Amino acid sequence: MAMKGFKNHPYIPNSVPEVQQEMLSELGLESLEELHAEIPEALKLKSKMNLPKPLLSEFELRKHVEKLLAKNSNCSDNLNFLGAGCWQHYVPAVCDEINSRGEFLTAYGGEMYNDFGRFQTLFEYQSMMAELLDMDVVNVPTMDWAQAAATSLRMASRITNRKEFLVSELIDREKFLIMKNYCGPDITLIEVGYDNTTGQLDLEDIKSKLSDNTAGIYFENPNYLGFIEQQGEDIADMVHTAGGLSVVGVDPSTLGVLSPPSNYKADIVCGDLQPLGIHMQYGGGQSGFIATHDDEKFVMEFPSRLFGIVPTSVEGEYGFDDIAYDRTSFGHHREHGKEYVGTQSALWGITAGVYLATMGPEGMKELGQAILQKNLYAIAEIDKINGIKSSRFNSPGFKEFVVDFSDTGKTVAEINTTLLSKNIFGGKDLSQEFPQLGQCALYCVTEIHSKEEIDSLVQALRSIVCA
Amino acid sequence: MKRIDRSDKVRNNFHQAKWDEPIIFELSQKGERGIQVPRAEEDIVTQVGDGFSAIPATMRRATGPLLPEISQPRVLRHYMRLSQETLGADVNIEIGQGTCTVKYSPKVNDALSRLPGMAALHPLQAEETVQGILEIIHKTDCFMREISGLDRFTFQPGSGSHAILTMASVVAKYFEEKGESEQRNEIITTIYSHPSDSAAPAVKGYKIIHIQPDENGYPDFEAFKEAVSEKTAAFFVANPEDTGVYNSRVVEFTELVHKHGGLCGYDQANANGLLGVTRAKDTGFDMCFFNLHKTFSTPHGCGGPACGATGVTTELEKYLPGPLVDQVGETFTLNHSNTFDPKSVGKVRSFLGVAPVILKAYSWIMSMGAEGLYEVAKVAVLNNNYLFRKLMDIECVDAPYTPGKQRVEQVRYTLEKMTKDTGITTGDVQRRMMDFGMHYWSSHHPYHIAEPMTLEPTETASKEDLDEYIATLTQVFKEAYENPAIIKSAPNNSVCHMVDGSGVDDPEQWCITWRSYLKKTTPNQ
Repeated sequence: MAMKGFKNHPYIPNSVPEVQQEMLSELGLESLEELHAEIPEALKLKSKMNLPKPLLSEFELRKHVEKLLAKNSNCSDNLNFLGAGCWQHYVPAVCDEINSRGEFLTAYGGEMYNDFGRFQTLFEYQSMMAELLDMDVVNVPTMDWAQAAATSLRMASRITNRKEFLVSELIDREKFLIMKNYCGPDITLIEVGYDNTTGQLDLEDIKSKLSDNTAGIYFENPNYLGFIEQQGEDIADMVHTAGGLSVVGVDPSTLGVLSPPSNYKADIVCGDLQPLGIHMQYGGGQSGFIATHDDEKFVMEFPSRLFGIVPTSVEGEYGFDDIAYDRTSFGHHREHGKEYVGTQSALWGITAGVYLATMGPEGMKELGQAILQKNLYAIAEIDKINGIKSSRFNSPGFKEFVVDFSDTGKTVAEINTTLLSKNIFGGKDLSQEFPQLGQCALYCVTEIHSKEEIDSLVQALRSIVCA
Repeated sequence: MKRIDRSDKVRNNFHQAKWDEPIIFELSQKGERGIQVPRAEEDIVTQVGDGFSAIPATMRRATGPLLPEISQPRVLRHYMRLSQETLGADVNIEIGQGTCTVKYSPKVNDALSRLPGMAALHPLQAEETVQGILEIIHKTDCFMREISGLDRFTFQPGSGSHAILTMASVVAKYFEEKGESEQRNEIITTIYSHPSDSAAPAVKGYKIIHIQPDENGYPDFEAFKEAVSEKTAAFFVANPEDTGVYNSRVVEFTELVHKHGGLCGYDQANANGLLGVTRAKDTGFDMCFFNLHKTFSTPHGCGGPACGATGVTTELEKYLPGPLVDQVGETFTLNHSNTFDPKSVGKVRSFLGVAPVILKAYSWIMSMGAEGLYEVAKVAVLNNNYLFRKLMDIECVDAPYTPGKQRVEQVRYTLEKMTKDTGITTGDVQRRMMDFGMHYWSSHHPYHIAEPMTLEPTETASKEDLDEYIATLTQVFKEAYENPAIIKSAPNNSVCHMVDGSGVDDPEQWCITWRSYLKKTTPNQ
């Protein structure tokens, strides 16, 4: 018996039976069943798939999905202090306006002629990120920070022809897993310790682990737990002396006020674009960047596409093209290209470009300042609560800080459950990830948090701890 | 007035939007602002000071970033103009991007993905606050199981290539547990599978073996028998391959690999013509992936964000990256048992991948149902074979392999005859097609079919769209014989003219950022 299709479907123009018949007769066929003739009968499904009945009208579909989404509690209606790799910043309306444009949303792998705007926006994105990072080369975005870091390590390994990487022990454990999987089996990640009071990397430990096999070191600024690593230059000097490279992950929202890693001698810099005008989207807004100096040895190791500005056959006209395309696995060398390239997160690169153009140098500076001030305030106020230490590590930070609840007699899980009943999303529970820290949570305060909101968190915490 | 004649199907009067827009840095005017940022309240400032002084002096940024300073209307106008200079699938008849399944992406799904219930979710929120999105992820997993016949899906991989890397990572973990990592160091693929089927497993250290096509375009089974051995970790293949030829003996391939202890991974980037028709499991695959941004319509976004939903059999589930979403009674939970188990891959992407893309795929499937997906497959194949038949009537067009037989959802053609006759190449045709607002793609490199042209109409194209594309190609081929100069100089009606790529491989000349361009070029007098 012939399986039934969905006729006159609004997304399928040729689902109109009369048109199908006309086209079939051009092919000398009588029915749709005669298509798929090359697929053996034995491999064909004999009955229709067991899927829910389609929602026929767009209205019903919208209602159905809206109802599902209404089961979520979101960070607009609640007070959110979660960060840890995905951060709630203000998203300027122009960012949404541009990334909602159908032209960008539905373009893909076109050429510079039909997708000229895609090439120019991504070239401009690369260029503005380059200013923020004070480096000359930035790639078309990769998946996320973890992927950018993993690729940075592979690049460094190829450049140095070495197979060991030192990695700060205090990084996001899930990011570490992504890096470990991507770098395996050939690159070994060796963790380096930290000072228990300040969180700063342990230089002695680094020294003891550097060797002729060291391709480089990877650390982040700010560190995953929010504080600023202040020994960047010393670390770079040590690793350079050993013949390795300094790879630094950085939160770009800090760079209006914090020194970019290139200024403390980082060779490869990576990070996540999500803070730059991209909604959190349950982690769907992550997007990785990688930057280097304009050194052939480094540029030729990027697996990513790199868009460059070029002349055209007409004087006075800008054109764009892929730079050193044959590096990539899309070039002539397939698996002999650098790693692999494919679809990643280009739309977020375009969006980050819109964000940086909108913010400008003053906006980025003011953003950094507001975040610094609000964090200092939140830390000071939380610290006033008996039993809570609001800054587990004695080092200045940026937008996140580790709150230590160990002396309260309550677990972070218990505290967060009570906070949730007050419509507050408490900081990320670190007790599983870093058991050595005890009952600690990673709190995030950004420019969107008002004094009143910070005060309401403080009040809620006080009532929970003192209860 | 005289009735205007619109009988010609070819858009000879087309001209793409061309704004001659400056580079964004050239729009900078000192003092202009695109937005004001929320500042700390006075009470906070009084209490904590300027904030800067808390940063150690060595870590303070000495000079601000040289970002452009531009008012909001000018920023917006700049990007609106650049968007107009981009021919997304919303704008052009997207038939020319073979292998990429560029179909209509319903606007309602984009609108849903922008609701606060999706856009304003933090990935670390307590499970009870994200039941809606977890339900969507779980149900989409169930849909994928039904469509593929496999048992469990992860949505972490951010693309098809990333899914291939994930499959290779699963393979690595599977043999690590068996203690066969060193022995099983080869992955076999075919020359007409996507280049990433070779490149991504190579990242995991695998030696890649390519099977060439036989005289009919099928992967050469005799060569395959030679290649499969106890060293084989896995066989990764697309079917149909990028030629649109379906390998009807695929089960013999997967059985042979299994006989030698290897695994089989199905690259289903070309699944659009197979939905509801045949399934990965039934052809002997242990793993597969679907591109949600392709087959399941969630748009391509200029190249992501996207999702390569990767499915495996129950036996391989423990190796998948975590967390997975489980349903326990009426509740949806994150199952982290895989994440930190050293036997598993661990993780391949932050959090749960691109959740709004999963949401859009879910919504699209809900608008289709089983009958809709079947209709998609049938119409995609109908459209492709209609296009195929019409193009094969043109003398300079050919398609190697399986003469007279149907193709599935796409065809890789050859324009070799035209090139021999006229000197006009597929690259020239590509540029000329843009003079009519038509996207056209040749093939991945290196070209295994001479002067290739790869077209995939999907179910989105109407008969009229197909006829317009055919008429336009026909005119361009005619021009190749009668007026090649107009093709050689193309594009003439696009945003820019032929680019001069002579410096793109030269480190002295390449300019990857505006600051490099300023350093490597001198000001005009």
